[in-house]
Amino acid sequence: MLDIGKRRFALFPYLFGLFFFITLLDSWQRAEVNLLFFFERQGREHLWRFVSGMFPPDLSWDFLSLMFRPALETIQISVIGTLIAVLIGFPLGLLATSTLVFRGILNEAEVEGSVTRWSLRFLLYFLARAVLSLFRCIPEFVWAFMFVRAVGLGPFPGVLAIGVAYGGMLGKVYSEIFESVNTAPLEALQSTGANKLQIFIYGWFPQVLPNIVSYTLYRWECAVRTSAILGFVGAGGLGQQIEISMRMFNFHEVTTLLGMLFLMVAAVDYISNKVRGLL
Amino acid sequence: MNDSQSRLPAAANPWDVHREPRGSYLWTYVILGSLLALFVWSYRGSEVHLGHLFSQEGVGQILIYIRRLFPPDLSHGVLADAAMGAMETFAMSFLGTLMAIVIALLLVFFASRNLVFSGLLYEMEETSRWRRSIRMLPYLCAKGILNFLRTVPEMVWALIFVFLVGLGPFPGVLALGVHTGGVLGKLFGEVLDDVDPQPIESLQSTGASRIQILFYGILPQVLPQFISYILYRWEVNIRVAAVLGFVGAGGLGQRIHIAISLFLENQLLTLLMVLYVLVTAVDYLSAYLRRRMI
Repeated sequence: MLDIGKRRFALFPYLFGLFFFITLLDSWQRAEVNLLFFFERQGREHLWRFVSGMFPPDLSWDFLSLMFRPALETIQISVIGTLIAVLIGFPLGLLATSTLVFRGILNEAEVEGSVTRWSLRFLLYFLARAVLSLFRCIPEFVWAFMFVRAVGLGPFPGVLAIGVAYGGMLGKVYSEIFESVNTAPLEALQSTGANKLQIFIYGWFPQVLPNIVSYTLYRWECAVRTSAILGFVGAGGLGQQIEISMRMFNFHEVTTLLGMLFLMVAAVDYISNKVRGLL
Repeated sequence: MNDSQSRLPAAANPWDVHREPRGSYLWTYVILGSLLALFVWSYRGSEVHLGHLFSQEGVGQILIYIRRLFPPDLSHGVLADAAMGAMETFAMSFLGTLMAIVIALLLVFFASRNLVFSGLLYEMEETSRWRRSIRMLPYLCAKGILNFLRTVPEMVWALIFVFLVGLGPFPGVLALGVHTGGVLGKLFGEVLDDVDPQPIESLQSTGASRIQILFYGILPQVLPQFISYILYRWEVNIRVAAVLGFVGAGGLGQRIHIAISLFLENQLLTLLMVLYVLVTAVDYLSAYLRRRMI
């Protein structure tokens, strides 16, 4: 029986529209939105004060030479933070890969038939996943502030915050890369009698390396942006200077700092693209 | 004869084919060397004291801190406050994303090269130079604005808007909207540049105007990807909205900031748990909407 033209009544669009509208109204009230704020007198004045304060940017040598050090510090924080993140993420990522720990051809000879072995390995896997998820679910900013409280002001808490939070993210993505490995070469190596370490180095590692390097570089780019603002909670770098200039209402300095940030991020993107091109 | 035989095995060695040119080895060493130098330089500059951190004292302090986090403070007042914060954070991410959509859609159609001055839609037009440059002007402006919005991080926008409009969730909404507007504008622009020209060409051949082509030839193609990007940015924004409070923009972040500052570790754990639930819930919701709408 043909029933062209008779469409099934779809509830979803109506329900979606209703919920969307309710959420919109509630959020509007909750967020104290004032659409016309910038047309009111106070808003206009503040905006004018800010925009006119931004120009001309402060390009005096005194200021620039003072800011040179924090800018470099931002890069340094991002580099060491990413390094620590790799050191955390790589081993945990290995443990969080089911095909390496308790499943698949690498393990079937050892795990088969032994429930204790299997469950021990599964426990390891589960713990690694839980730790990674814990590291990841707390935002970098919260980590940074907690570390500022623990080890004091300066770039070190920024390094730790990036290391821990990005370690969680890297670990998760690494384990996804590890699980997508093509098993045929591993099996071929195994059939030649290669031991586990040999399989790992010759069959498995070459497959994952390009993806891992590429993703780590991407995270490093993100780390530069992040380390530039972690200073808001006292973790060194350009962010601290931006916050100080904002609080002192020195908006022409803010313009300069944002320009420096822009140049830095562009340079890092350029370098990381170059390195990726060499892979 | 003898000569050629002795040369033959070397040339026929299959492994020679796979040997890489020497130059690439040199490059590897150069890259590894500069990487090492970068690490050493950064290690010195960032005042890292890993030894201090992993000393008995350092580890002891961390363990004490962790122990003080437990048990989470689940009293009624704290939970209610955390729920209020979570809802505020949700509202910020929701409205911020909506505002970003509006900004991106306002700008992106000007920032797409083949909608404004080149490509299929304009190939019939006589190419007078000044006409073309007048068309390029809004393109360049839109591109510039989008780049600027995107380059300044959300937290800096939040700091600026807190100065402009005062404390509370509203500056958070503005910060998210402005920054994400720049990001979505760029992503939308890439989608628009990849549009399949065939439907456009066939619409054009029926005599459709440019607006009609936009609505019937281009938008249906790009809408699913637009929605996908919007949902993705929403997931990002809920995480950002949760920390915007650190610079005074309300929500969970503000409460977390206070809890850490005043050493209220038990409350901090509660807030972090609420944050986790909120982020996970939004991820699920977004995944569900993605399945239903695309």
